[in-house]
Amino acid sequence: MAARVRDASRSGRALCIRGGGSKDFYGELAAGDVLDTRSLDGPAEHEPTELVVTAPAGMSLAALEAQLAEHGQCLAFEPPHFGAGSTVGGMVAAGLSGPSRSAAGSVRDHLLGVVLMNSSGELMRFGGRVIKNVAGYDVSRVIAGSLGILGVVVEVSLKVLPKAEAEATLRFDLKPKDALDRLHAWGSRPLPLDASAWWNGNLVVRLRGSVAAVREGRAEVGGDAIDDSAAAPFWRDLRDHRDAFFVAARDAIDHQDAALWRLSLPATAPLLGLAGDELIEWHGAQRWLATPIAAEAVRAAAAAVGGHATLFRGRDKSAGVFAPLSPPLLAIHQRLKQAFDPKGVFNPGRLYPGL
Amino acid sequence: MNAPLPEAAARSALDRGRRQAEVTAALADVLPAHALLWHREDTVPYECDGLTAYREQPLVVALPETEAQVAAVLRACHRLGVPVVARGAGTGLSGGALPNPLGVTLSLAKFNRIVAINRLARTATVQCGVRNLAISEAAAPYGLFYAPDPSSQIACTIGGNVAENSGGVHCLKYGLTLHNVLKVRGFTVEGEAVEFGADGLDAAGLDLLAVVIGSEGMLAVAFEVTVKLLPKPTVARCIMASFADVRHAGDAVAAIIAAGIIPAGLEMMDRPMTAAVEGFVHAGYDLDAAAILLCESDGTAAEVEHESARMVAVLQAAGATRIEASENEAQRLRFWSGRKNAFPASGRISPDYMCMDSTIPRRCLADMLIAIAAMEAKHGLRCVNVFHAGDGNLHPLILFDANEPDQLHRAELFGAEILETSIAMGGTVTGEHGVGVEKLSSMCVQFSAAEREQMLALKRAFDPAGTLNPGKVIPSLARCAEYGHMHVKRGVLAFPELPRF
Repeated sequence: MAARVRDASRSGRALCIRGGGSKDFYGELAAGDVLDTRSLDGPAEHEPTELVVTAPAGMSLAALEAQLAEHGQCLAFEPPHFGAGSTVGGMVAAGLSGPSRSAAGSVRDHLLGVVLMNSSGELMRFGGRVIKNVAGYDVSRVIAGSLGILGVVVEVSLKVLPKAEAEATLRFDLKPKDALDRLHAWGSRPLPLDASAWWNGNLVVRLRGSVAAVREGRAEVGGDAIDDSAAAPFWRDLRDHRDAFFVAARDAIDHQDAALWRLSLPATAPLLGLAGDELIEWHGAQRWLATPIAAEAVRAAAAAVGGHATLFRGRDKSAGVFAPLSPPLLAIHQRLKQAFDPKGVFNPGRLYPGL
Repeated sequence: MNAPLPEAAARSALDRGRRQAEVTAALADVLPAHALLWHREDTVPYECDGLTAYREQPLVVALPETEAQVAAVLRACHRLGVPVVARGAGTGLSGGALPNPLGVTLSLAKFNRIVAINRLARTATVQCGVRNLAISEAAAPYGLFYAPDPSSQIACTIGGNVAENSGGVHCLKYGLTLHNVLKVRGFTVEGEAVEFGADGLDAAGLDLLAVVIGSEGMLAVAFEVTVKLLPKPTVARCIMASFADVRHAGDAVAAIIAAGIIPAGLEMMDRPMTAAVEGFVHAGYDLDAAAILLCESDGTAAEVEHESARMVAVLQAAGATRIEASENEAQRLRFWSGRKNAFPASGRISPDYMCMDSTIPRRCLADMLIAIAAMEAKHGLRCVNVFHAGDGNLHPLILFDANEPDQLHRAELFGAEILETSIAMGGTVTGEHGVGVEKLSSMCVQFSAAEREQMLALKRAFDPAGTLNPGKVIPSLARCAEYGHMHVKRGVLAFPELPRF
């Protein structure tokens, strides 16, 4: 792989870093010759009492989670599996977290270290395998969500946590504003509120924590209990964008000129009232919108409440996928790209044009 | 009769004088007179931070009072090519706020206003000079608190916490500064307003907030920070367990984690540290124990009841010789009082001490304590230890007397050996205090030339002219080359404190 990377640097031909391809749809257009990271496979080194796992980038996400489950541990940020072949490296590079994110933290919050291959084919190790580590700049954490533009992720070290002792899923009939009010009120209580999803008049919440906390939490919040046999598939389908909302959104994209937007807002931001179908997660902080309205309108609405909007899935990406950066941030981005990938061979243009 | 100065020194003093006049004139245009200090007697308090062995006289100290003044100072300094060192409360332990001899120390201590507390969103927006503990104090009436609790929290500022990615006793369960900050609003070295992070849970583009936090004042100047607040746990209980053997204590730590318990805090003190703190706080610590663990559970009453019972069971199975659980808040605070007073307690039993900071895998705690005992004999100095056992972050305190010839030097050798042992065990040279100037040589050991060069390039992406806190965190290739030549066998570097370049 180092040889291929060096060749690409010499010739100036772009490389498209790709694992399982489960996130091909995400980001700007991928260009370049495919650099298949699945060859970087192997078992993970899991140290349960150290709460750390170190995995090669090409390892399948499913295999990693299965290995962690053997010791009753997990990736607390619940990363989506958009395809059967999703890899660990792709998970980190995409930086997407699942339903538990607002309670448990994001991919980046659990990233302890990475081994990166640079454009000379050299391996560089940033971070480490311990959580208390402030030696040097936090390069490993900026790799999360970087969509491969800074180098090839070869190996990652992640913080892992024990699976929760207990869990309960509860459903409520609520209008969206009432759902948000309820979630915000619960947020200041000592409740083990782990995940939430509102869509189509239904609020579904998941409590996760100690047996005592979940028991007390259920008593306090009420709602209709959903049996685990239905709850587990519900949260999995939500995580992986296979549930009815996302299926309908993809249909709208294919047949109705719609796009699926991901709005990242302060949780307490009011309902935006934009036309389209909306699913609200993360207690209000992540809102999915399937809509045909113009990008400028979606972006302006998100910005007006202190958030930003990403064109998550769509056929027409001409308005740009990710929200525009302020001039000082754009300048830093450009110089960082130069600092990490001076030849511009790694996934050029995947995050923003020119990077 | 004064001997005449060597010609070069005289010329250099004249140059410094001219530069100082130039810089003070430029800053006098943007700051009121009382906000600009340059006479030696006025700038002495700024010559060091918490790492008092390293002192440097700044050219000028600027103490702006408004946001516009901060930007103007940065613009003026950038125009003149003057180095800028930002400073909060000056409690840092690695020399991150050590002045640059030809630079401006930019004090942000006056910015101590809590701008807003949003109880619904559970966030607080505060100026960079607000003390860490002041945030929790302001949030308390809402039943909320700010979780990262470094030991210096009564004095240290949130701006400093952002620079160092500070932790504290509770970071095992509640995370580091990184996990508790949403947004940092500040300025680039050029004085341009910039915002990292967002009011939501993420921002567009690369996660620059993650690299700015912990960047030790090298990438940007933080002005205003938006932090997450958490509901205060209803109940907290501390369990104190004694062990007759450090290895049993180390195994107990691993056993707690293996049982799927994430304590709110998990700290260890060795026998000499326990003796030192008992003499200071008289809390009734077990002086016979080879090591004492403090293990905290917090949450609702029912949760704590259940979790603390599980903790006690694990500690017993691991061979604890004595276990006490706090029954009320006063007792809980008493259990913690010794640990929290480790520094002053050490100051009582020794004229000087050097506080080390590194992280190792948890399972190596006992091995490290045994290795440190051997180093005590080798260097002829005592070392007392506290550990954030839950995350493997150790703070050995090497005791010495600076008045005795050679003891400072031996203490530094002892410290360097602890750091290199930490790396060899798979850890890192700094867990929470930062690199600053203190750990520059150790960075040569922990990182390869390519890795250091990449980090220098990252720095240049934020600060192309290299005037924001220059000379810290990442050693130059030349420095590491010389360290390599002097690095004999076990990393014995004579007088590591002397600047080489």
